[in-house]
Amino acid sequence: MLVALLSDMHANRQAFSACLEHAQAGGAERYMLLGDFVGYGADPAWAVAKAMELVADGGLAVLGNHDAAVSDPSIGMNADARYVIDWTRGELGIEERGFLTGLPLTIEDETRLLVHSDASAPEQWIYVLSVVEAARSLHATQAEITFCGHTHKPTIFSITSASKMMVFTPVTDVAVPLHGLRRWLIVLGSVGQPRDGNPAASYAMFDTEKKEITFRRVPYDIEAAAAAIRRAKLPQFFAERLFTGR
Amino acid sequence: MAKPGLQPSTVLDGFHIESLVHRGGMARLWSVSKPGIDISLLMKVPILGEGVDPAAIVSFEMEQMIMPRLSGPNVPIFVAAGDFAVHPYIVMERLPGKSLLPRTMELPLSYEEVARIGWQVATALDNLHRQHVIHLDIKPSNILFRPSGEAVLIDFGLSRHLQLPDLMQEEFRLPYGTAPYMAPEQLLGIRHDARSDQFALGVLLYFFSTGVRPFGESESFRAMKKRLWRDPKPPRQLRPDYPAWLQEIVLRCLEIEPAWRYPSAAQLAFELSHHDQIKLTARSERLKRDSFATVLKRRLNPEHRKDWIPRTAAAPSPAAPIIAVAVDLSSEAQATNEALREASARALTAFPAARLACLNVLRQSLIATRDTTLDEEGHNKHVNRLVELQHWAQPLRRGEGRITYHVLESTDPASAILEYAKQNKVDQILLGARQSSLMRTLLGSVSAKVAGEAACTVTIVRPSHRETSASASEAAANSS
Repeated sequence: MLVALLSDMHANRQAFSACLEHAQAGGAERYMLLGDFVGYGADPAWAVAKAMELVADGGLAVLGNHDAAVSDPSIGMNADARYVIDWTRGELGIEERGFLTGLPLTIEDETRLLVHSDASAPEQWIYVLSVVEAARSLHATQAEITFCGHTHKPTIFSITSASKMMVFTPVTDVAVPLHGLRRWLIVLGSVGQPRDGNPAASYAMFDTEKKEITFRRVPYDIEAAAAAIRRAKLPQFFAERLFTGR
Repeated sequence: MAKPGLQPSTVLDGFHIESLVHRGGMARLWSVSKPGIDISLLMKVPILGEGVDPAAIVSFEMEQMIMPRLSGPNVPIFVAAGDFAVHPYIVMERLPGKSLLPRTMELPLSYEEVARIGWQVATALDNLHRQHVIHLDIKPSNILFRPSGEAVLIDFGLSRHLQLPDLMQEEFRLPYGTAPYMAPEQLLGIRHDARSDQFALGVLLYFFSTGVRPFGESESFRAMKKRLWRDPKPPRQLRPDYPAWLQEIVLRCLEIEPAWRYPSAAQLAFELSHHDQIKLTARSERLKRDSFATVLKRRLNPEHRKDWIPRTAAAPSPAAPIIAVAVDLSSEAQATNEALREASARALTAFPAARLACLNVLRQSLIATRDTTLDEEGHNKHVNRLVELQHWAQPLRRGEGRITYHVLESTDPASAILEYAKQNKVDQILLGARQSSLMRTLLGSVSAKVAGEAACTVTIVRPSHRETSASASEAAANSS
């Protein structure tokens, strides 16, 4: 089965819908959403409604820090991000807010673990950027494959039974086999706010039979997404960085 | 959990185990067969269990990952892989014949044979590198040959696929490889430079042509590290009749600095097959190793090695295409030839590591003649064409050393160009658009056939007629 994995949509309607169309055309049969449906972008209600629709169809979704911040003001974030979350709160209806509060921090799916950030303390929203954080996260679970997001930088880590770590930046459109002799931590890139220097929306497709993951990049209407941010009078920086993916 | 051992007559996933072919330190090789598969098969089974070097397992994982992704005549055909959780194995094509290892008993080989082997292996390496894989363990026992002549590289247990995770990366403190053949950068754990394979091939060519290993046989890390600063004895010091062109090639492959080796295996193959046109540098004349002062400077200033580590994980090597330009030397092609020269100059400027092969086809008549005066005339024509080609390329002087000249003799120019491009791994062909309509009717279009059938990029070059073109004069009128 082909599973589409999407993370950090960040209320970017154009990027989210472009990735979903791309995944559907690529044969995706199931969707796994790794959190942060809102924040930074200007279409939070649309993004949450889309997530609800996918979950109703059998998809899986976990909670991200921006999603949690909608109902929990104690979640730490910078002033600009906080400003967008305060605005987002006024954009979401009861049902949408209820969906976000109801999202779990982690989901175990067969031998796989879905979590927004590091798995050792998911509620602390620790970034998995290097082998140090990756090792901590991998030691906290028995799952064969952990899928997470949060950093907006596509990365693949693995650990052997002797705790040897490997790190790799995936190449777009090249399938990486996830062999069973080691355990893997797959960090997804961001759909709606890429920060690895490539402005195209990022998601990945996982083939459960072949145990292969393929990272994809999807071009989308950045102008429209940036215009929506400007129209909503949200911090300009969140619009500008979409063009560079930084 | 101990797996039941394989025995002759066991059947595993439909493969009938026949006999044990080889027992190595890391794996066993069985000859196997399967109904419906009509090539000879080999099953490689890793040795697992207590006390086994963990490298054996990781190396087998790498091989299972890389082999199914390779194709072409220079690698064994991949057939099947067994899951690690059940019974790990790889089934692949079994090649007839022996590796180059037994040839080490007959050294030194003739210079021509060494060049031929070098060309075959460099061509195979180029095919591998184009598939994003670096072998990293090139040595005689890992090189076999198909009956049709192509070199086949085996054993990808230490290889690196530049687009896939490197499982060997953090596994081992010491570099893995075969001591006499390992490139200096491999000793520092660098596993992403395709030019490391060129170094190993250089060791092989040196060994096969002199009978002496350039860096000895010692496997101690201390002894191996010497090659980070100590250059080998020039082959001419060992064999006074050693050809300058071969020393040029071998010592360039063995350069300590990867950037000083050939930009690609294809260019190395090109040199080996055109050694009459090699630019002989000081390398070819060397009779002694570098001075003590030079060696000491390299040893005490490892600064330059910083360049060996790329800024990004899988930095592609600089573009080093082989470009063939087909030049029609007849007088009516003058305007086209100027345009071709401009296009060639642009290519040489855009790709400083590019090679330019200037081609001209000397048309043979369909009826072979055995008349000696005509043969002599033919020889003179050949030489004249070479001279004219060099004259054509004269304004491209800055590309000196990167330009070679070839007069091909054929009844069919398009086929000759296509065959040359295929043999020499040409990346791009430049040729002029067809000329007069009379010639076109008589000969058919060479450019159309080349463009249609080449396995590489073909650029058709045409002089632009700014003065006569209607749109150009209109534009000029509008702007005034």
